[in-house]
Amino acid sequence: MSQSKPLSLHVPEPTGRPGCKTDFSYLRVSAAGAVPRPQVDVSPSETGEIASALIRVLDEHGNALGPWAPDASDELLRFGLRTMMKTRIFDARMVIAQRKKKISFYMTSLGEEALGTAQALALQDGDMCFPTYRQQSLLMAREVPLKEMICQLLSNECDPLKGRQLPVMYSVRRAGFFTISGNLATQFVQAVGWGMASAIKGDTKIASGWIGDGATAESDFATALTFAHVYQAPVILNVVNNQWAISTFQALAGGESVTFAARGVGAGIASLRVDGNDFLAVYAASRWAAERARSNLGPTLIEWVTYRAGPHSTSDDPSKYRPADDWTNFPLGDPVARLRRHLTSRGLWSDEEHDATHKALEAEVAAAQKEAESHGTLGHGTGPSAASMFEDVYKEMPEHLRVQRQQLGV
Amino acid sequence: MTMIQALRSAMDVMLARDDNVVIYGQDVGYFGGVFRCTDGLQAKYGKSRVFDAPISEGGIVGTAVGMAAYGLRPVVEIQFADYFYPASDQIVSEAARLRYRSAGDFTASMTIRMPCGGGIYGGQTHSQSPEAMFTHVCGLRTVMPSNPYDAKGLLISAIENDDPVIFLEPKRLYNGPFDGHHDKPVVPWSQHKLGEVPEGYYTVPLDSASVFRPGQDLTVITYGTMVFVSEAAALETGIDAEIIDLRSIWPLDLDTIVNSVKKTGRCVVVHEATRTSGFGAELVALVQEHCFYHLEAPIERVTGWDTPYPHAQEWAYFPGPDRVGAAFKRAMEAA
Repeated sequence: MSQSKPLSLHVPEPTGRPGCKTDFSYLRVSAAGAVPRPQVDVSPSETGEIASALIRVLDEHGNALGPWAPDASDELLRFGLRTMMKTRIFDARMVIAQRKKKISFYMTSLGEEALGTAQALALQDGDMCFPTYRQQSLLMAREVPLKEMICQLLSNECDPLKGRQLPVMYSVRRAGFFTISGNLATQFVQAVGWGMASAIKGDTKIASGWIGDGATAESDFATALTFAHVYQAPVILNVVNNQWAISTFQALAGGESVTFAARGVGAGIASLRVDGNDFLAVYAASRWAAERARSNLGPTLIEWVTYRAGPHSTSDDPSKYRPADDWTNFPLGDPVARLRRHLTSRGLWSDEEHDATHKALEAEVAAAQKEAESHGTLGHGTGPSAASMFEDVYKEMPEHLRVQRQQLGV
Repeated sequence: MTMIQALRSAMDVMLARDDNVVIYGQDVGYFGGVFRCTDGLQAKYGKSRVFDAPISEGGIVGTAVGMAAYGLRPVVEIQFADYFYPASDQIVSEAARLRYRSAGDFTASMTIRMPCGGGIYGGQTHSQSPEAMFTHVCGLRTVMPSNPYDAKGLLISAIENDDPVIFLEPKRLYNGPFDGHHDKPVVPWSQHKLGEVPEGYYTVPLDSASVFRPGQDLTVITYGTMVFVSEAAALETGIDAEIIDLRSIWPLDLDTIVNSVKKTGRCVVVHEATRTSGFGAELVALVQEHCFYHLEAPIERVTGWDTPYPHAQEWAYFPGPDRVGAAFKRAMEAA
């Protein structure tokens, strides 16, 4: 006779469901300035403590504290704030366009604007980012024309992707922004391969791969870490832990009692865990990782701790699975508000300037939208030609596609 | 040259001609590949051009997509075609669609080599012919040589091609032609005219079939090992079969097929892969569509059975010359 009690299956749950309050004590938050800054040639095995702590620069009063406080120019910080605001305003406007049925689908990055903005500023021209669908702030920081982005969202006659892609699946090679795929995690491995290519050619460019907390459960996540470690690829492996994968809490992706940064240490990769809503920390950590990669010292994994403040997409209703006011209780706050406080306390920003900037950006986005819509919206006006549907499947159109195009009568 | 030597020669030529060509895969570097196809290449070109990879098909193909996006021309190896499945997502969702979804902003000029096919007592996971998994994917080119001369010329073409190419190598043909008579000694490529391979650069064009054996009675559409099995069946039945070696499975050379079937009026499709939804179904449909009024008999298909590839029952599974010959006779005897 067995003395054992019956086994039971453990299925992780978030503490906060609709009508409750989330207990964010699971987050492992360090005080601003408390985490040491190692040399860029640190051994990966020595980053274990940083990977379970949280690098933060800005305290609650907007002061920049500790060894990670970056040497960033006033202009860079002001540009950063403006870019985050622009991303947020653009997102809000595009959600309205989706509700008005001008575009079929949209995904905001509300609350995550610091990540792409600050990392883009820490990278150099020629470096290549392999983003997910939630790093539009990279495009904002690289100042890609809004009209071009909106034309992609509208799938109109000026869509650079000729109407072939769902909205937000941008591709902007000249801005170091790799073509977005609907298949999660695939680009994380490709980023490593791109970095390997740069090393093979003796180049000085580096790659930046992006993945969400939920997608770390995909096999390509582990694969990317293995290849990056084995070949010491010059790549920054960014894990955006926004706590949610659609309706699924990050604990169900494997985040319970462990950090995603720790996965990097286990794979032999120097790893940092960073406050993703702290613009200064994001910039400083990205600079550190970029310098490490560019010095041929190998890859860095960074877990960015943030919160997906908005719905997963325009097809999602988060009130069905999490508290409605969750973001307002998130301990790391709002990246825009925090940088604003910092700049204001240093006399580099004012309420007047903030309001004026907001107004100017609203006008800029509205003007770009108007211009883009003059080239058609989905199903209205001139769309990309049906004949172009058969192009670019191969470099040269094979005979069977010529025949199919003729069958369509175009 | 054997097919192994011919493939190695193609990679040697391309490594020398194009600095952007890199070769990697499992056991491909120092050891030179479990089939010796990359033997000596790392010593000649260095570890940054030819190197070993972790056992991760998704990683091998996924990093190659990233390298191609950078501008390299990777030639990667999956040790057995039976093991490409973990890389399916990177092949189907990424490599095949990179050009289309980015409107040419990014491209995946890459070649994925995979030893395929049975007839070697390879059992379930060393014998498969998964070409239909690839021909169904828009954006891919799928190629399979049947002899050393074509193997080298087609591989050079594949590496130079700007589309992603799945390059399937029938490992049963690596050392010599094989006609399905497993009880007879294997003849090496050195005694076959198609084993004569130029040392330097040459190409065999993609999308171009070869009429392997001209004939008047019926048309055989096939590729890989089955080219030689079909040749044996023609000799043994006395039926004057015209054997078309597709070489490029998809996109394919439709004109050569249609011209032949219109001439003979009869058609037999032969492949090792399982029958249902195999590539033969596409070939049958194309012939039916383009040659309907010239057909004098139903189109026959000789394929592997719809079972996993067995071990002990190797020769009951493998479509040998007897089964192929019987189909030839049926096609000739039909009204």
